Amino acid sequence: MDNSNIEVNKFEKLESKILINNQKLESKETSSLNDKQIKALEVENEYLKNIIETNKTLDKEKEEYVDSLKDDFNVVVVSRRNKDYVYNYNGLKNVKDDDAKNNWKAWLYLAPVLVLMAVFLIYPLIDTFFISFMKDYNYVLRTYNGFTLDNYGFILGLTEINGGYEHRVIDYAIPNTLIICFITVPVSIIIALLISVGLNSLKWFQKILQTIFFLPYVTNTIAVGMVFAVIFDRNGVINWIFGLDKDWIKGAARWDAMLPLCIYIVWSSLPFKILVFLSGLQGIDKQYYQAAQIDATPKYKVLTRITVPLLSPQILYIMITSFIGGFKEYSSIVGMFNNPGTADGDYSLYTVVYYVYDRMKDNKVHYAAAAAVLLFLLILLFTALQFAVSKRRVHY
Amino acid sequence: MLENSVNQNMKVSFQNEDNKDLAGLYINFAKPGSLISDVSLTIKEGRRSVKSLQRSEKIMKILSTILLYVIIVFLALIVVFPFYWMIITSLKSNDEIRASTQTFFPTVVMWENYIEVFRTFDFTTYMVNTIVVAIFSTLGTLITTIFAAFAFARLNFAGKNSLFMVFLATMMIPGEMMVISNYITVASFGWVGLDADLMDAYLAMIVPFWVSVFYIYLLRENFRQIPNELYLASKVDGKSDWNFLWKVMVPLASPTLISITILKFMGTWNSYVWPNLVANKSEFRLISNGLRSSSFTDIEGNPLYGYQMAATVIVTVPLFLLFVFFRKYIMKGVGRAGIKG
Repeated sequence: MDNSNIEVNKFEKLESKILINNQKLESKETSSLNDKQIKALEVENEYLKNIIETNKTLDKEKEEYVDSLKDDFNVVVVSRRNKDYVYNYNGLKNVKDDDAKNNWKAWLYLAPVLVLMAVFLIYPLIDTFFISFMKDYNYVLRTYNGFTLDNYGFILGLTEINGGYEHRVIDYAIPNTLIICFITVPVSIIIALLISVGLNSLKWFQKILQTIFFLPYVTNTIAVGMVFAVIFDRNGVINWIFGLDKDWIKGAARWDAMLPLCIYIVWSSLPFKILVFLSGLQGIDKQYYQAAQIDATPKYKVLTRITVPLLSPQILYIMITSFIGGFKEYSSIVGMFNNPGTADGDYSLYTVVYYVYDRMKDNKVHYAAAAAVLLFLLILLFTALQFAVSKRRVHY
Repeated sequence: MLENSVNQNMKVSFQNEDNKDLAGLYINFAKPGSLISDVSLTIKEGRRSVKSLQRSEKIMKILSTILLYVIIVFLALIVVFPFYWMIITSLKSNDEIRASTQTFFPTVVMWENYIEVFRTFDFTTYMVNTIVVAIFSTLGTLITTIFAAFAFARLNFAGKNSLFMVFLATMMIPGEMMVISNYITVASFGWVGLDADLMDAYLAMIVPFWVSVFYIYLLRENFRQIPNELYLASKVDGKSDWNFLWKVMVPLASPTLISITILKFMGTWNSYVWPNLVANKSEFRLISNGLRSSSFTDIEGNPLYGYQMAATVIVTVPLFLLFVFFRKYIMKGVGRAGIKG
């Protein structure tokens, strides 16, 4: 911008030294300088002038060189040691290096990921979509009898195939999935929020308690599901504590089985939520709370008016991820119940994902594919809905 | 003056320690040893002095802190209760587990449960399978992640940002969409099926999980924080991109790489669905599948919870050890997911 200014500053010390020397030389009659000293001052001045001159010409050369490149870049960095290396402001391009060369290098670095993704992510995505429309698909021989909408009709209980209707998706899988989502997601978010606000205000033992609350994250879903099955056993500790005589797991009614399942899902989803909320809380400016304290704002109002709005990005993130997680609930049911049957029917604990895997095992891959696409659409719909609803309520 | 600036209910008065009003007294401030030491300034709000209000506020604060600790500790106990119950049940005899009165500590400690489980439950096979699959899928993931994150963070190429957005968008797609077709793919590779051997089963459990978009995102963020000057300096010294990646970026990003390694390892240890589909022989199974498919029942089909819980303890303990040693890395890696929103 103001190059001349920088130039002056750069040689200021040297130039002032010359000035001082000149002053001394001018007043040589009055002062007691001998010839040797005068000679030394003159030599020094000569020397300094030389340095300034050389530097100025060098700078000029460099400036010209940089100017010649300025058509291409805004800011140019030139290596002092090696003028072959010139970089633009982003430091990403070597001018001598061809752009295209770097381009193919980048694709080389991406190649392993792109190949694996093409084979195990993009292709299956498209393939599953097509399979969901195939009639009587045989995955071993890869044969099918044309395309049809019947797979969707069948799993939704609308179309009759082989003299039977499929009722398990409409009766069990979709309602169960939605119930699990709408119970466990809000409950676990509220509990996690309260725990993290509590944890955040602790002075002592905060780290230890935080670690304890994180423990359920470090567990095997199947193993702890089996533990919950023992806890909720008819002769188990829950019935004993509350003086109940009820079946929760084996031979339980459908809705009775749903309760321990939801408790287990909430329990296992708490740690991630608490961790995310806590890191969000620690990022909130303390000034908001100090202002509230001066105004003597009641604590519940501090929570609803300050903490929750400022935490809204994290809450949205957690809501979306846990809704997706809720839609994919499967392992926890396998861990706790081992099979989807309750006293109210052999498949009454089906979720959509459970249905998908069971149909795969029956070699009815086209039904599995149709159910998977349905699940995908459900997730897409709910995610879009949450984004739309939260648009006005989330403060970034 | 004072009356204007403070609350109308407030009164300023001089009192001695017996609360006797000293308003009318003459106090000689200049004379040392006079009444001055007996006098204190008391500000009243209503009937109570501010001092006593402050005191009660302090008591309330202490009480609410205690209450908060009690609630938090109580909730923490609920959270750890399943682990506690798992351990004590694994040490109880079957009669004690089924008894009408539950005990919170085993009356007779049954170490025999563990011996029995190690005899019947093929723990070593499952463990070896799990560790082999975990090591190789972690290695593969690390390599692909490092390369991709480097390309996204440092190199320039056409369509970089849009490609990255596509990568992020794939995170939204439920895995179930891919599982069906992936199963067919690995079957056509001969990795699943009647004539598939252990190596094939390993490949089927390892290769499809060599890519993780989330880890690429995590590492890219970390790579981007490494100052540009380092890259320029290494360029000026004539180092290639390859050298810069391995000599500078990877060492600097090692905490994130450790997080990725441990999370990936834990993921393999906990994976159930995919191994359950592709490992069709019991000797191919991973630990979760082995655990769920082993039946711990007596002759009449009643579950033997003591054995079952001993097995779950064996499955859970390695994870806990990992957590104890790498707590920082695990919590950082998991927590990073939420910071950016």
